[in-house]
This record gives sequence, C-alpha cells and structure tokens, in this order.
Amino acid sequence: MTGPLGKDLLGLEPLTGEQIALILDTAEPFKEISERAIKKVPTLRGATIVNLFFEASTRTRVSFEFAEKRLSADTVNVAASGSSVSKGETLVDTARNLEAMRIDMVVIRHGASGAAQFLADRIESNVINAGDGTHEHPTQGLLDLLTLRDHFKKLEGLKVCICGDVLHSRVARSNIWGLTKMGAQVAVCGPRSLLPNAIDEMGVTIFDHIEDAIGWADALNILRLQLERMTAGYIPSLREYNRVFGVSRERLERAGRDILILHPGPMNRGVEIDSDVADGPFSVILNQVTNGVAVRMAVLYLLSGGRPELAEAAKHGGGR
Amino acid sequence: MADEIVELNDGTDDLLIVGIQRRGVQLAARIVSMIAEREHVTVPQGALDITLYRDDLQTVGPRPVVGPTDIPWDIDGKHVVIVDDVLYTGRTVRAALDELADFGRPKRIALAVLIDRGGRELPIHADVVGKTLDVAPGGRIDVMVTELDGRDAVVQIRPEAGT
Amino acid sequence: MSKLILLRGGRVVDPSQRLDATADVLIADGTIAEVGPRVAEGAPSAEIVDCAGLVVAPGFIDVHCHLREPGREDVETITTGARAAAVGGFTAVCAMPNTDPVTDNQAAVGFIVRQSQRADAARVYPIGAISVGQKGISLAEFGEMVGAGAVAVSDDGKPVVSAHLMRTALEYARNFGIPVADHCEEPTLAQGGAMNEGLMSAKLGLKGIPSEAEEIMAIRDILLARRTGGHIHLCHMSTRGSVDLIRWGKERHINVTAEVCPHHISLTEEAVGAYNTNAKMNPPLRTADDVEALRDAVRDGTIDVIATDHAPHHYDEKEREFADAPNGIVGLETAFAVNVTWLVKPGIIDVPLLIDRMAVAPARIFHLPGGTLRRGSPADVTVFDPVAEWTVDPAKFRSKGRNSPYAGMTLTGRVHYTLVDGRVIHRIAG
Repeated sequence: MTGPLGKDLLGLEPLTGEQIALILDTAEPFKEISERAIKKVPTLRGATIVNLFFEASTRTRVSFEFAEKRLSADTVNVAASGSSVSKGETLVDTARNLEAMRIDMVVIRHGASGAAQFLADRIESNVINAGDGTHEHPTQGLLDLLTLRDHFKKLEGLKVCICGDVLHSRVARSNIWGLTKMGAQVAVCGPRSLLPNAIDEMGVTIFDHIEDAIGWADALNILRLQLERMTAGYIPSLREYNRVFGVSRERLERAGRDILILHPGPMNRGVEIDSDVADGPFSVILNQVTNGVAVRMAVLYLLSGGRPELAEAAKHGGGR
Repeated sequence: MADEIVELNDGTDDLLIVGIQRRGVQLAARIVSMIAEREHVTVPQGALDITLYRDDLQTVGPRPVVGPTDIPWDIDGKHVVIVDDVLYTGRTVRAALDELADFGRPKRIALAVLIDRGGRELPIHADVVGKTLDVAPGGRIDVMVTELDGRDAVVQIRPEAGT
Repeated sequence: MSKLILLRGGRVVDPSQRLDATADVLIADGTIAEVGPRVAEGAPSAEIVDCAGLVVAPGFIDVHCHLREPGREDVETITTGARAAAVGGFTAVCAMPNTDPVTDNQAAVGFIVRQSQRADAARVYPIGAISVGQKGISLAEFGEMVGAGAVAVSDDGKPVVSAHLMRTALEYARNFGIPVADHCEEPTLAQGGAMNEGLMSAKLGLKGIPSEAEEIMAIRDILLARRTGGHIHLCHMSTRGSVDLIRWGKERHINVTAEVCPHHISLTEEAVGAYNTNAKMNPPLRTADDVEALRDAVRDGTIDVIATDHAPHHYDEKEREFADAPNGIVGLETAFAVNVTWLVKPGIIDVPLLIDRMAVAPARIFHLPGGTLRRGSPADVTVFDPVAEWTVDPAKFRSKGRNSPYAGMTLTGRVHYTLVDGRVIHRIAG
C-alpha cells in the first residue's frame, strides 16, 4: 500500500494542491521537534536511507541528514562521481546495487534532468529528488511554500516573483509548479536570455525590469546567478547584472511596503542580492533553512507509508 | 477526577497536566479549570501527540495525521499527570511515556483516564479512573467532547452478532 | 532454362508507369519480363506467388540509414542491417559514412560494396563522406569514391559547418552527378540540446534545440545550390519553417530535394514523456504544427522522399540519463507501417503516392536502378498488405538495435515479400 504521495517524490509538477497542502500541514508538528532538547522521534527507526549525491551540496545534504536522523533512521552518505558516461559506475548499476542492499529510501541529487525518475523507475525503494539537473528540486519548493505560508498565513492570491536565472534553475521550476497549484500568482524577472522561451505557457507573468517586479510582488525569491552564465555568453557581466537586476535596499524602499525576501542559497552577495537585503528585516532566508528540515521530515514520514504486506511476509518468514 | 488528582499529588505543587491528542487534551483542559475553581491554582497544561511514537507505524498503512505537541516547560522533577479519554490496550500510554522521556525526567508520572474498558496488552494501569466499563472484544467506546463533536457523551457500540 | 517467378493476382501499383491495376508480374532470370492481366497463361512453369489481396510495387529504397559497420559491429552490421531492411520491404538502402573509420576513400567504399554482396539481402549502396574523416576541413576524393560505388556524399551525423566547404562540395559533386546530402544543424544554437526547444523542454529541464538551428542551415544550403547549380539533398527535415524554405527554393527551380523520416510525421516532442530515451534523436521530435506541415509537404511533393535514418544503438547506451543518451532510433522494420498508419490511413496520401515517396522518387533523385516495374528492370519488388495490423515487438527485430519508440504499438501495413533480382529475400513468417 503506498502512501498519499505515491512511491516517490520526484517533483511538484505531478502533485495536486491537496497533496502539497498535506505536506505543508504535516511539516508543522515536525517544526516543534527541532525545538526540543532531544530532537528525535522513533518514527523511522530501523529504516535505511541513502543520500546519493552526484553533485556536491553541503547544505541540502546536511538538511536531509538531520531530517533522517531526527526520525531515528539509519543514514548513509554516498558521494558518487559524475554521470554514467564518466568513469565509475553507471546510474543503472548504482540503482541495482542499492536495491540489492534492501535500502528503504534513496535521496538523490544528480546533474542530469530526469535522473531521479530514472532511478525511481528501476528500484522499489522510495526515491526523493534532491535536485536533478535543471528539472526540479521539490523539497526546496516545498520549504519555500511553507516559509511564505508561515508569514502570510495563506498562499492563494499571493504574488511571488522569482528573480534571476530561471532557465537553469530547478528551484524556479519547482516553485512555479508549487505556487500555481496553491493558487498564488507567479512572475519572473531577469535577463530574457536567462528565461525559457516557453515560460509564458507555464502561467507566469514576465517583468523585464526589477523595479516593476518589486512594485508588484508580495515576496521575491531571488535565485543565485552562477559565474558560468557569464562565460557562456548569456549575460555580459556580473557587474551589469547587479546594477540592472540586483535586489538592493534602495529599490525595495522605493516600493514603500514590506516585501518578503527569499533565497535558496548559497548567496552571491553583491551580485543578485545585496548584503543589507539578505541580512535585513524582511529576509526569511534563515527561516527557509529551518523549515527545510521540517519539510524533509514530513516528506520522509509521508512517503514511508506502512506496508501491511511486509509485516505479513515477515511473520511467515523470509524477506521480500 | 480532578479531586483525586490533587489528592494523589498531595496538593498542586509541581503538578503538570498533559492531555493526549486528541480528546485527552480537551479533558485535560476541563480538569485544569476544575482544579483552578476548587484550589484557586492554575496548574500548567500541555498537549502530547503520540503518532510518531506508535509501535504500529510500519504496518498501519498510509500515514496518520500528526497533531501538535506542546510541552512548554521543563518537566524535570515534576509530577506529570497524563490525561486520556479511553484506556484500552495501553499502547497509547506506552508511546506517551516514551515521548515524555525525550522531554526530560519527571519525578513521577500518573495516568488519569475517563473510561477504563479493560483489555490491556501491556502492564499499564490508570491511577485515576472516571468509570470502568466492561466491553466485549469487538465492541467500541467513543468519547465525545463538545469542543470537537458538538456534545459531551460516551457512546458504547456493541459488536454485531456473528462478528 | 530461365528461372520464372509469377507474382499473381495482386494490385500492381507502379507510379513510374502510372499503373494501378490488378495484374500479374512475371519475373525471368531476375528481371521484370512482363506485367499484365493474363501473363500467367504464357508461363505455365513459373513458381507462383499468390498476391491476391496484396499490393505489388517497385521495391522500397531508403536513401538514409546507418549500418555501423565498420567500427560498431556490436550494434549493427551490413548483413544484419540489410536483412532488417528486407523485413521492412526495402530492396535497397544507402549507408551513411559516419562509420569508424569514416568511409571517405575508395577502399572503404569498396569494403561496403563487398559486404553488401555478402549480405545477400537488400542492396547496400555506400554514401561517401564530404570531408576527410568528416572533419569538415578538406574535401574527400569524390571521384575515386564514386568510381568504387558511392552514390552520394554526406557528412551526416554532423553538419557541414563551413559554408565555403559546402559550396565547394556542391560544385565538385556536379562533375560526378551525385547529390550532396546535408544534416542541417547550426552547431552553436544546437549545442548541448537534447530535445526540441519548447514547453516540454522547459518543463523537463532539458536544453532545447530550436527549429532555427535546422532552418538556418537549410536556407544556406538552398542558396548555395542556387549559386553553384549543384544538387543539395536536405536530410531528415523536421520543421514547418524548413518546409517553407524548401518550397521557396523549388519555386525558383533550385536543385534542392528533401527527405523526411517516419517519426517526424507521426510523433511529437510529447513522446519524450518521462525522459524516454527511445524518443531521442537528432533532429528531435517537434510540435504537432511541424508534423502537420511535414505531412502536407509529403503530399504536395515539397518533400520528395521518406527515408528512415535508421540509427541502432546498444541497449546500455540508451539506458542512461536523458542528456547523456546517444541520439537515434531504428526504423527499417517499422517505416512502411508507420507511413501507412499516419499518412495513408488518415487519407493524407494514397498508396500510389506512398510508393512514389518510398521507391520511385528515391531511385530518381539518387540515380539508382530500381523504383520501377518496367519491363527489363531488375526485379526488385515489394509485396505488401496495406490494411493488416500488427504489434511492434523490438525483441523480434532482425536489426541488432531495439531502440524504437513504437514498441508495443499496433500499426497498419505489413510487408509480405521482398524480392531483389527476382530472389525472395524476405517472406512473412507464419
């Protein structure tokens, strides 16, 4: 019997608004656990979870690790190298080996879009996408939603603008899906060379000027701009990016009202976001991090649906 | 029940009332207000959701909804009274004891239940009981509270013939 | 004593003679001896093949396929490819030169010719490379390659990036009367792309290949053909924009011909679905609007031929993250049925037009023997049932490749017999 989210969490696009709401609601009691002296509940005791990270990421991996350990699961971190093409084991073989070890859940981060789906199609363990290429990063989208909901008490009708390199951002895609499914209004703002051509078909408004985006939005989700984009010719320079699109205190003040500031991290201070904004009174960047652990605990809890048939099988001897 | 709790504790010092989600919380609130009326002391009150400590999570099927847990003070050295609506197998109380242990080390933990229906599967006993009922296996006891169900009632459902 | 075969009672459709009638076809010693309503009476000793209810047509010719030999015999050989072609009703195929080593000299061309004879199934004509090693720098020896049996030149697999090289190739090819076939892809636009650029690529987080990458090179090649008078053949066209440009070129009587692949007139980018690598090829599957334009172009002749671009890959190679999987799908054994299912069945073209696009026109534009049932022609014949349904099972392919997006689908149109030089090289099972 699978849980209310199915076997895997591969993205927010396949979920309904109800399922997203369930995850956010489930995250609430998990927030409280992280405030206790003993930050542990026995819920996933005995479960084995592998964090399979093909891309280095301290922040996301540590967040998942805390979530897993606070649920009393046994965790193993595997830092795998590169793609199937470079030397090392192919993703198919990695999948099969994990299954042979009877892993309960796999959290995977990989540089290729579709890698989480690829894994999920080939193993019976629950698969959680911690970021696949430029496709989706569902737990980031969820923790952004939770942070917005904490502050505004609702998501419907909320105006959120995603700023920056949407073209290469899995965080942007997950946010677009999550926000639109929860009834929020979504806009994007950034150099057109960094926006997917078909973005307007995803139900999103486009702002060419950051001032207009700020004038419209209740909240800004500011994406990290990577240095490689400049060397690949998408934008002329980081300096120009900051001058034209950077979220600065002056620009925010001109809006004349409070605008919530989110950023998935790590930040390029002085490029897409100025320090006084990142550390300012409307920044909820640290709340995002706290919510990240709670959301991931909720996801792990909901995916690890009880399986009565396993208990029956165990009773009569023999495993799978 | 409120009187018995106070008597058991020899007063209201260091007393903490903790209700188990869900209806135990409402009952705990009523006990606290009764103690306040009679003793003119407001005893601190907390709520405990034991879902994450259940011993049947691996087999129970789709995930049950987790309610809020709120223990806003230090329980070390205190006298904690757990309040629940129905005591049956004792597994809920076991889970509550495990959870409380993660919050600290009370001097003493007592159990107060509105209905004790027998059928224990673990060596758990209640210190304060509202009413003992003899319920046949297959039968059910449901406690209703105005705050959640619109009325106060204890409903006994007998097993159907042949079930 | 001549060897006589009689194909009896079928619907004989030969657009090269404007023939579409119930008739018998008599084959003697490997050539077409007679086509007519009562040929049987004059040939009592002939071996009879009953074609009642079937269509008898000139053998199909595929002007674009990849047979992987030499270099990747693990994935396909000339023999397995020629046999797969026979199953698909092809009596001849043209093999692209992106082998390993590249087929860019007379010895390599000769090797293909010999392997084709050994295969003893469909004929395999070599296509030679445009540039040495397909590196896009210096011209290969067209003269010697043609002398050894090459029927065209192409750097397919890759585009010819240098306009100067394409111009020179078109001019030089004129001396030998062969077409220059180009894979139209502007590399800086297409680089790193894994599927069509559009809504699906935006959702799936995959870099897209915009249709302009093809169209920019198509118009470049058409203009160079105008300048040089050479014959440019545009491979695997996939967009409405390309069709418009080809039409522009033909209106001005520029010597441009074009091909489309069965997958581009039947599937859209939606076939990629949840990262299905068997729907990954180059140029990629595009939108429904492009499919509609290509189908219309097949009907009105803007697109001259349907070719397969048969590209087998090893199962392990396709069993990878989408962006890393190689481009290409097999097509020899499904092409005919895909064409019937998506072009003939919905009434966009009729059977004679399909035969023109699959047999007559390929022979004409690549100057190959065949494509006709005229008396005296080599008896390359395809006999098929235009309405029979069957389900595609890649495990049963004669090709070593299994990478087909049509796996499990039920298609209409089944080849019953394929004959080359009057020899039956494929006969339907059961």
